[in-house]
Amino acid sequence: MSIERVSLAKAINLGLRRCLEGDPTTLLMGEDIGTLGGVFRVTDGLQKDFGPDRVVDTPLAESGIVGTAIGLALRGYRPVCEIQFDGFIFPAFDQITTQLAKMHYRSRGRLQVPVVIRVPYGGGIGAVEHHSESPEVLFAHTAGLRVVSPATPADAYTMIQEAVASPDPVLFFEPKGRYWDKADVDLDATGSGLDTARVARPGTDVTLVAHGPTVTTALRAAEAAAAEGTSIEVVDLRSISPLDTATVAESVRKTGRCVVVHEAPVQYGTGGEVAARITEECFFHLEAPVLRVGGFHAPYPVARLEHDYLPSLDRVMEAVDRTLST
Amino acid sequence: MNEPTPHAPGTDAHGDHQSDQALDMIQLLDHTGQLTAHPDYTPRITHLDADALRRMHRDMVLARTFDTEATSLQRQGELALFAPALGQEAAQVGSAWALRPQDYVFPSYREHAVVQARGVDPANILRIFRGIDHGGWDPADHNVHLYTLVIGSHTLHATGYAMGLQRDGLVGSGDPDRDAAVVTYFGDGATSQGDTNEALVFAAVNNAPVVLFCQNNQWAISEPTTRQSRVPIVERGRGFGVPSVRVDGNDVLACYAVTLEALERARTGGGPTFVEAYTYRMGAHTTSDDPTRYRSAAEEEHWRRRDPIDRFTTFLRSEGLLTEEHTDALAAEAEALAVRLREQVRAMDAPPTSSMFDDVYATPHSDVERERAWFARYEASFADAAADGSGATASEGAAR
Repeated sequence: MSIERVSLAKAINLGLRRCLEGDPTTLLMGEDIGTLGGVFRVTDGLQKDFGPDRVVDTPLAESGIVGTAIGLALRGYRPVCEIQFDGFIFPAFDQITTQLAKMHYRSRGRLQVPVVIRVPYGGGIGAVEHHSESPEVLFAHTAGLRVVSPATPADAYTMIQEAVASPDPVLFFEPKGRYWDKADVDLDATGSGLDTARVARPGTDVTLVAHGPTVTTALRAAEAAAAEGTSIEVVDLRSISPLDTATVAESVRKTGRCVVVHEAPVQYGTGGEVAARITEECFFHLEAPVLRVGGFHAPYPVARLEHDYLPSLDRVMEAVDRTLST
Repeated sequence: MNEPTPHAPGTDAHGDHQSDQALDMIQLLDHTGQLTAHPDYTPRITHLDADALRRMHRDMVLARTFDTEATSLQRQGELALFAPALGQEAAQVGSAWALRPQDYVFPSYREHAVVQARGVDPANILRIFRGIDHGGWDPADHNVHLYTLVIGSHTLHATGYAMGLQRDGLVGSGDPDRDAAVVTYFGDGATSQGDTNEALVFAAVNNAPVVLFCQNNQWAISEPTTRQSRVPIVERGRGFGVPSVRVDGNDVLACYAVTLEALERARTGGGPTFVEAYTYRMGAHTTSDDPTRYRSAAEEEHWRRRDPIDRFTTFLRSEGLLTEEHTDALAAEAEALAVRLREQVRAMDAPPTSSMFDDVYATPHSDVERERAWFARYEASFADAAADGSGATASEGAAR
């Protein structure tokens, strides 16, 4: 085993490097990803080592990035596109949902488009408008796309490689607020699959379901609750599409209580989907309604207010208290 | 700088039509079917012998046969919809003839003559319009991608594919049997789409081997080209620094010559070309459309006199290349095609219901598989109910 302590951003960088080394058809495409190494430096040094034809600084046009990536994929390449910020993905929304998602289906399996779209997402970094959003469910609602989000450097390292290897298009949501969180990464790890959730911390009283940036929040909540004598199990979804209902349901059958936490607005969000499925599958095990903690049905606010918009430790604890008092 | 065109293209304020010369476009056959010499493009057609010219003509005639038959099948209720290519046969067949087998085509949804000339069984096109298939054929069989219905989206796919050819070392290697290029077809309306403009940007800065072939058929459903652009469409390509040429889209020889040049430029590393083929959609947008609501009979008549097949037929006859024997044989072939299309379409059954879950993903996806399994149980419940005579109540169950 080769263990290295690296940031989440560096873990993705190392994963991408392995993809570029291992498969000459892998290409990286995006705005400022080459010479600059990306605005978050996730692709730092890769153009220098793999050249401008494999680490491509593209024109400033998101639809063009994804549209040409589809064409490259049809020619046998595995393009990994970087969308610079979450709020900039919408010019490419049509290419992603109307073309990329449907190509395999409409060709009755004759055409594969193994395109990965990396999206730094989420808030908490004091950014200006359109730089802190969480649009993952817009893509999870579209059949044909896989939507995943790593929460740890170890997962980021393996999941980006699994995403590139996948014959399906993958939306790879990177929790930008956690980019600089460091943890040990096993550089020889091969990953546990893109489809499954994981129990990030075992517990018995309440199940906290999170993904991406809120997994850390959930773990902190579990820590705080433990001090008060409450045992919280944290489930890290890792994948939004498919949604690993079985792992969540297994946890809720044990705890009887479930709170879902995400930065995206609660309305029509992942929490609603989890709540519906858990209600159907675990109805007679539930001691309380499934609760949701997340963003509000308002545009992402100005940076000075974002900490009241995001699901803070206090708001998660409030929901935990509420479910326990039911 | 060109003056803005305040009226419908090809017309002035009184609906009178500009001369072909005023349109400043490449023409090798004038609208009476007479050869006109062009210093750059005439040399590109001199190698076409009598047999090649007759086969080109045949492709145009069979494309129209397909069009006529498909329109009839729609009227008979055998097809849900059809989008005729009527009037665009010269632009499509001429450009398709310039392709080599290794080249790749990204069509829009009206490129029936291209698809047919490329070797795809035209019956497969009708699978789409019968409502039994979103695709219709295997793109790998003839290097023809599937139809794309969202306007302009595929111009980016074509450009990306061309960028792939560059990376594969298939551009400018000097081997004409190896070097390849891409052609993408779209219409005047598509030139307003962001994706088409982005395709021009990406093609230009990457010097991608792609020919952006715009069939300006004057109408985007009900909107004339003046609602898309205040300059001739060809100027749009020039604005991106892409070599651009306007060709008489009803002149099959000029379309062939212009596309040949553009493809050669692409294959040899000279980069993209934008072609505006100036033509006319003689039919409706689709069988659901009613052109009498937005255009005049006089305009349609003007273009009927410029029918691309009539023009080429006149030329071949005047050259003595089309005898009665040839014409009769072609008529018989066309009739046989019509009969075959009718029979094949009527025999096309809907796919099994469960196939709606197939190929959503290339690898198993638990959410799709859960719904597939539920739907199978739901359908089976009717059979069970019928078997035990208890009625047709389907139990959805908690696992839904």
